[in-house]
Amino acid sequence: MALFKLTVNGKERQVDVEADTPLLWVLRDSLHLVGTKYGCGVAQCGACTVHMNGAAVRSCILPVSAVKSPITTIEGLSENGDHPVQQAWDEVDVPQCGYCQAGQMMTAAAFLKTNPKPTLEEVASAMHGNLCRCGAYHRIREAVLVASKKK
Amino acid sequence: MESTQQHTSRRDFLKWSTFTAGGLVLGFKWSGAEAQTAEVFAAAPSAAPVAMNHYLSIGTDGIVTIFSPNPELGQNILTSFPMIVADELDADWKQVKVLQAPFDKRFDRQLTGGSGAVPHSWPLLRKAGATARAMLIAAAAKRWGVPESECTASDSFVIHTPSGKKLGYGELATEAAAIPVPTTVKLKDKKDFKLIGTAVKNVANKDILTGKPLYGLDFYREGMLYAMIQRPPSFGTKVKSFDATAVKAMPGIIDVVQTQNGVAVVGKSTWQVMKAKKALKITYEKSGNIESSADHDRIFLEQLDHGKAVVKRQDGDVEAAFKNAAKVVKKDYQCPFLPHNPLEPMNFFAHVKEDGVELVGPCQIPGSARTAVSKLLNIPEDKITLELTRLGGGFGRRLYNDYVVEAAEVSSLVKAPVKLIWSREDDMMGGTYRSAMRYRFEAALDDKGNMIGYKLRGVGMNDNNTTREHNFPSGAIDNLLIETINNPTPITTGAWRAPVTNFLAYAEQAFIDEVAQAAGKDPVEFRLELLEKVKAKPVGRTDYNVNRMIDVTKRVAERSGWGKKKGVFQGFSVYYSHRSYVAQVAEVVLEKGKPVVKKIYAVADCGQVVNLGGAQQQVMGGIVDGMGHALYGKFTFKEGAAEQNNFHNYRLIRMKEIPEIDLFFVDSGFDPTGLGEPALPPTGGAVANAIFKATGKRMYSQPFLETDVFTSTSGKKTF
Ligand code: FES
Ligand code: FES
Repeated sequence: MALFKLTVNGKERQVDVEADTPLLWVLRDSLHLVGTKYGCGVAQCGACTVHMNGAAVRSCILPVSAVKSPITTIEGLSENGDHPVQQAWDEVDVPQCGYCQAGQMMTAAAFLKTNPKPTLEEVASAMHGNLCRCGAYHRIREAVLVASKKK
Repeated sequence: MESTQQHTSRRDFLKWSTFTAGGLVLGFKWSGAEAQTAEVFAAAPSAAPVAMNHYLSIGTDGIVTIFSPNPELGQNILTSFPMIVADELDADWKQVKVLQAPFDKRFDRQLTGGSGAVPHSWPLLRKAGATARAMLIAAAAKRWGVPESECTASDSFVIHTPSGKKLGYGELATEAAAIPVPTTVKLKDKKDFKLIGTAVKNVANKDILTGKPLYGLDFYREGMLYAMIQRPPSFGTKVKSFDATAVKAMPGIIDVVQTQNGVAVVGKSTWQVMKAKKALKITYEKSGNIESSADHDRIFLEQLDHGKAVVKRQDGDVEAAFKNAAKVVKKDYQCPFLPHNPLEPMNFFAHVKEDGVELVGPCQIPGSARTAVSKLLNIPEDKITLELTRLGGGFGRRLYNDYVVEAAEVSSLVKAPVKLIWSREDDMMGGTYRSAMRYRFEAALDDKGNMIGYKLRGVGMNDNNTTREHNFPSGAIDNLLIETINNPTPITTGAWRAPVTNFLAYAEQAFIDEVAQAAGKDPVEFRLELLEKVKAKPVGRTDYNVNRMIDVTKRVAERSGWGKKKGVFQGFSVYYSHRSYVAQVAEVVLEKGKPVVKKIYAVADCGQVVNLGGAQQQVMGGIVDGMGHALYGKFTFKEGAAEQNNFHNYRLIRMKEIPEIDLFFVDSGFDPTGLGEPALPPTGGAVANAIFKATGKRMYSQPFLETDVFTSTSGKKTF
């Protein structure tokens, strides 16, 4: 066990865990930020996607010891749940079971920063790594496009 | 309007109930017989509503609270149930608050499965809303001293039509509660629905989109421990012995205990437990047959050739029909086992205490979960509480309560509150799989291409009935024989979204397509001929409504421009399941010599659509699910163990692979029927038949991606 200092959603946090603990479990078990989900643990589903320094990363395979930059989770994506991606997700009424959606939105938010006006095909490529077992892909894709048209 | 997940104990729940004192509180029973009379009663404000099952309440602030009892796993019941109540109540949806009801055995059918919730509860929910509305109107009429017949209700107000006077539901709630409950109430004409049939957003959106702790895996209780179980990796084996010395010394590990089903590691965090579980040294011994997929292939052929079958249905003289046939078509279709893979893996919280058990988590049938725990621990059911969380998908997996029982078992062994978690690998390797199956179809055609004889023989693993013998084409063929064979296996199997029909529909619709070809007829015309025959004079029992089947068939042909398009290859399929009718046309193109599904047209008749937005999700999700598993769902066993264990070697459909979907709901005037499942069964057949048009190759087994249509051109698979 060792102490690690992290910046999560703008706050300094300190956790006492083993160095190989994936950020996912630090967030969920140590910090009780459970919006970030576990789906596979092997970087295949995207449910655990968070931002590190603004870029989308899979927190299930990122050891806490390798976290050197600020982290944003779904809980910190916006103060009032009104990030353009969150608004678009509500407008398009995306969630079915909803379990994958935090990861989907974090992937989308990071992607739109690098490509603010994507085509449908670009959206599909960017989101291809995120599984949705409920098959809500049509609405996820539409919501990314709707978000790209927002300020 | 907003929703809140109840993370409260039963006691909190009752306390919460009394907070609504001063308003109108209605409870109604859900059980079959009582449902007919929709026993509705108003509770005195001060009385604790213990005797109530499900209820709506109206606060003096005008907030209408509607409890939704059924487990929510993405079928959107948490929105559609309250919509039905609110519509009949004429409530202002913006002032409606929805709560997931706690599990209470007095609810009837508090479960999610079989696409049955809305059809079952439709009359009850309507009556509950309409009864409250009548009482509010009576209260207003009394206060104004006018006849009730001069009053109407709209948007949470009672209005006196002649004078235009209005009173809000909040102002009337207390007086309404004192009005005797009417025994009969008039339900709305369908044309007067305001909410029903429209697209209403998921009431849980805000919580989901901001990452609130809604799911079982998110549940946390101060002092709880985390547990995982190493189960035997091979079906047909059990734990012989284990050495936990090293594991017990690992950081955060509190205990290692043997359970009925494996070895449980209990510790202070998920990661510590995950690591420790991998370090366990366990030896296993044989406890049953140890099977590989190659064994199943062999068993299936043996059984289809020589096995003793149970006859499910027999019409006419099949042998004679085949003897007199001008042409016979005979084909086999096979599918593998399939894991459910809800994205949230199995998990449950259990706290076994001196005086009872507390259970919290995601399950599809809370009633049977509680019974199972009661049996295991020999604790009466009334000492066991169960709180439902939102489910991160189900697909049938959470109909089985093995993981609930495990949680309770571990908690009782370590005498602590425990959250039991399955990893994805546990989930895929220890599933309650869709059974592998093989079907043999035979059709006899006369010299005019009429189907005069039909045989279906199905064999499944642990699946008692592989057929739906009163579905189409039964009723259309004079001489018909449907048989099933069950083959036992230690591999645990169970219901998987659209049980049986998730594969049977594809096999049947692919076969009928091939029979149409042999008969020299257009596949849609061929089916319509059969259906017209049923319409004129059905042979024996038919469970489907032939007119609705014809209607969706014709409509999808028209919408898709069936047979008129250039540059795309179309495949047709139609299926009746869970009381709904869905016809589909898939369109395939060839890209670099390989078939790609570009578009699927779907026409669905599920009776009255409740929530249009949610209904679209169910159909589109069902199509994506059906297509994904038909194309990619490869799952095999080697010496009793699943060979695929996570998403790197088990492929699920992803965004770039989805087709465009054109969806149309038929306004057939019927009451609502199932929708969580019925869109899935037809998809595999439509896709298979379109692939045939494009490539000339029939798909006889799933996943299609393993067939040479996809593998031959480059010699390499695309995955
Ligand atoms: S949990 Fe990290 S990608 Fe699946
Ligand atoms: S909404 Fe259920 S997994 Fe995506």
